Amino acid sequence: MRTDSDARDSVWRSPSAIIGGVIVALMAVLAVVGPLIWGATAERVDAAAILQGSSAAHPLGTDNLGRDLLARVLVAGRYSLSLALVATLIGAALGILLGALPSVLPRRAARFVTGAVHALVAFPGLLLAMFTAVVAGLGARGAVLGIGVAIAPGFARLTQTLAASVAGSDYVAAARMLGVPRRRVLTRHILPNIAEPLILNLAQSLGGALLGLAGMSFLGLGVQPPDFDWGRLLFDGFARIYVDPEVALGPAAAVALAGIGFNLLGDTLARAAARSSAGRHQTDRPGPPPAEDEPDQDAVLEVRDLTVSFPGGSTPVRGLSLTLAPGEIVGLVGESGSGKSLTAAAIGGLVPYPGAVTYARLRLAGADVADLTDKELGTALAMVFQDPMASLNPALRVGGQLAEVAVVHQGASRADARRRAVDRLGHVRLPDPERHAGQHPHELSGGMRQRAVIAMGLMGTPRVVIADEPTTALDVTVQRQILRLLREVVTETGAALLFISHDIAVVGELCDRVVVMYAGRVVEELPADRLAAGAAHPYTRALIASLPDLDTDRSRPLAGIPGTQPAPARVGPGCAFAPRCVLATARCHGERPELVVHGPRQRVACWEVTP
Amino acid sequence: MTDLRTDAPTARPDRSPGGTAARRALRTAARRVLRFAVSLAVLLVASFAMIHLIPGDPVRASLGPAAPAELVATRTAALGLDRPLPEQFFTYLGNVLTGDLGTSFLTGEPVADVIAARLPNTLSLALLATAVALVVAVPLGMWAAVRTENGRNRGTELAFGTVTGTAVAVPEFLYSIALVAVLAVGLGWFPPAGQAGPATYVLPVLALSVGPIAMIARITRVETLRELGSDYVRLARAKRLPAARLHLRHVLPNTLTATLTVGGLLLTSLIAGSVLVEYVFAWPGLGMKIVESITQKDYPVAQAVILVYGAIVLVVNLAVDLVLGALDPTSEIKEVAA
Repeated sequence: MRTDSDARDSVWRSPSAIIGGVIVALMAVLAVVGPLIWGATAERVDAAAILQGSSAAHPLGTDNLGRDLLARVLVAGRYSLSLALVATLIGAALGILLGALPSVLPRRAARFVTGAVHALVAFPGLLLAMFTAVVAGLGARGAVLGIGVAIAPGFARLTQTLAASVAGSDYVAAARMLGVPRRRVLTRHILPNIAEPLILNLAQSLGGALLGLAGMSFLGLGVQPPDFDWGRLLFDGFARIYVDPEVALGPAAAVALAGIGFNLLGDTLARAAARSSAGRHQTDRPGPPPAEDEPDQDAVLEVRDLTVSFPGGSTPVRGLSLTLAPGEIVGLVGESGSGKSLTAAAIGGLVPYPGAVTYARLRLAGADVADLTDKELGTALAMVFQDPMASLNPALRVGGQLAEVAVVHQGASRADARRRAVDRLGHVRLPDPERHAGQHPHELSGGMRQRAVIAMGLMGTPRVVIADEPTTALDVTVQRQILRLLREVVTETGAALLFISHDIAVVGELCDRVVVMYAGRVVEELPADRLAAGAAHPYTRALIASLPDLDTDRSRPLAGIPGTQPAPARVGPGCAFAPRCVLATARCHGERPELVVHGPRQRVACWEVTP
Repeated sequence: MTDLRTDAPTARPDRSPGGTAARRALRTAARRVLRFAVSLAVLLVASFAMIHLIPGDPVRASLGPAAPAELVATRTAALGLDRPLPEQFFTYLGNVLTGDLGTSFLTGEPVADVIAARLPNTLSLALLATAVALVVAVPLGMWAAVRTENGRNRGTELAFGTVTGTAVAVPEFLYSIALVAVLAVGLGWFPPAGQAGPATYVLPVLALSVGPIAMIARITRVETLRELGSDYVRLARAKRLPAARLHLRHVLPNTLTATLTVGGLLLTSLIAGSVLVEYVFAWPGLGMKIVESITQKDYPVAQAVILVYGAIVLVVNLAVDLVLGALDPTSEIKEVAA
């Protein structure tokens, strides 16, 4: 298991972090020692070597007084970085002041300041910098002030946002209630708690300030001779670019390198601050060997030994087998995490990338799924998901999302497809289907959307409908309507319905047959009408017992099942339910029971029931 | 850059949604127009104040210490700088609203004419660069997202992140210098400066669009990854749609809000970034003019150009807001700290 600090460490070990760190460290060293080592060379005037291009003695050439440009670039680092630092500090101070003001000012003044910050943030920094430079005059001072002013709105905005979030917290409210003055609340409670992101932003702004100042000096609006920073060297070099391009490329490379270094380091800082634990696993695991028996020709869906595993040894679905006859409604029940939804995803071929799906057999409508074309799969298998708010595309009209099934898979014309879409919407009793087909999903209620999703499945000729908790997100009366609709769909089309739910009461009511899953395996399969009286597995019985009914003593807490389901990676060699089972013996812990026949149309995997 | 967030679509009851939604959209639009008006007013005051904030006598500063006192006095009177401040402000306001932006200290030309001649050059550069950036970056970002979904192809992810991260960190004037040095001076493929025909557009547009391409591609990738994990994509995959249709019809429209928002804001930053690029390529746009006017202390020109730049930024921001509000029926853009 990885920990938080590991994740932070890995951020710092990424190539970009290392490169950024090295560049910035080199820049810092250069700023300290550069003028000490090359200071004299950079100022040495040599009348014999004026305006030279690159040579062995002067790799970057010389300037109009014959001074060595490489030395000047190395020396200019200190001035460029110092100016950037000063500009950043000015910007931060100004911004934090502006951002913190609303928390101490009276309401109206606070709103005015907030609005002003808003307006300022929208202006490009360079414009603010130029405005300030005009007022403050040409030269390093004006440019530093200008860049500081350009940085300030961002800081102000950040401070405001952060302060607002902290101001809502309990301890600030408590301090206010105790009559602590607002200014003191700000300095004692708010600012210390938002210091970290502000310092982070400071580090990131430094790079921006460096580039901004280089830009100002390059335009001739910043540092003026005899002083020089990288931007000024670029300004001088650029005038000679047609003759000696290398003269301009030296300082340009220095500015670019600094920009990249600060940016990479800033990104790393931000990521290290934002990162919580996120482990990645890399191992793979082979699936079970294929089973060698005859496929069931009557079944409309036949699944044998389905296993879904994720790298790292987690296997949420293990050797699951399932058969659906036409017109049959089968409920797949289990607590969350038992693997029911992944089973549905695996049947639909929708398991997300690192997951590996293996099976001995997976047949849909009498053919191997692997042999089916997208067209056949897309029309024969319909899926309904839990959240109808999320399963329709918010940007497309409802009718269009239905119609595209007919367009893509059945070659229908757009008009025909649309007519069929409206017809199908009407079929699922969506009121006024013509109008709703032309609307976007957000204009429909949750129940209406779920109807639309079901109608989408009816655009083809579904043989199997997989409904993954289709009513969980809906309120109770709408739930009933959707369940009734699903039942009608089955009766009418003869398709089989795999109904996935954690609600054993709903399943008992709707389904013909119930399949109970626990920790990735089927533990019991039985006809729905035998649920109440005939359930054999201790887990199934516990699920039923946990349901309140008319006889339940309402004054007592509901009977839950003590303990929790083991995580998919931590299932032991025995029965996964054994740790929570009141009947468990030593055998249950050491040896896993197979699913064996127990009474008519019932199969159970439990040593206590079928020794 | 402005911090933006799109609201998730919200559930609404079964009643007819037409009326209230339309009214709400209208109210949002009205609020944006109001904010625009306030910002514009602040901008006008700031540009007026600029000349008065300059320490000392701006006319003296502009004409130099050697200029005769009579000339300074005449110039000051001609500019109305000897009048009471409130009167000056209302004169300024009236002039600006009637399109009179003053006259240049140096050439005596009406500033409005200068701007009218140069603005199209700047705008064409910025618009072309934005178009190039969107056309290149959106497919690039989507491709990277599809390739790196759920952590596959770590190599691509690393390369994409490094290249775009580096490209974003280098300012446009350095690209300009590198392009001039290599493609214009070194290889002689393109003219190094000036504006004369399509060939002269290539390098400035390229220099301006590299950073935005990297930025938009990164955002598109993140947005696409988010959409790829959503339920409607799962359902669309269950429908077995062809990959092209899935990505272009289902995913792309849902990423556009964020992408276009950034694209719109980039347009404003491009207008500002073009100052440096114009300077490198001696492009006869507003950017060149503002640099000239500041170095030459031609204050009326600097004042007017900054005003025009600011107004363009405000107009573009308003347009982005309004267009997005109309375009996307489910999401509303709002500033986090509002």
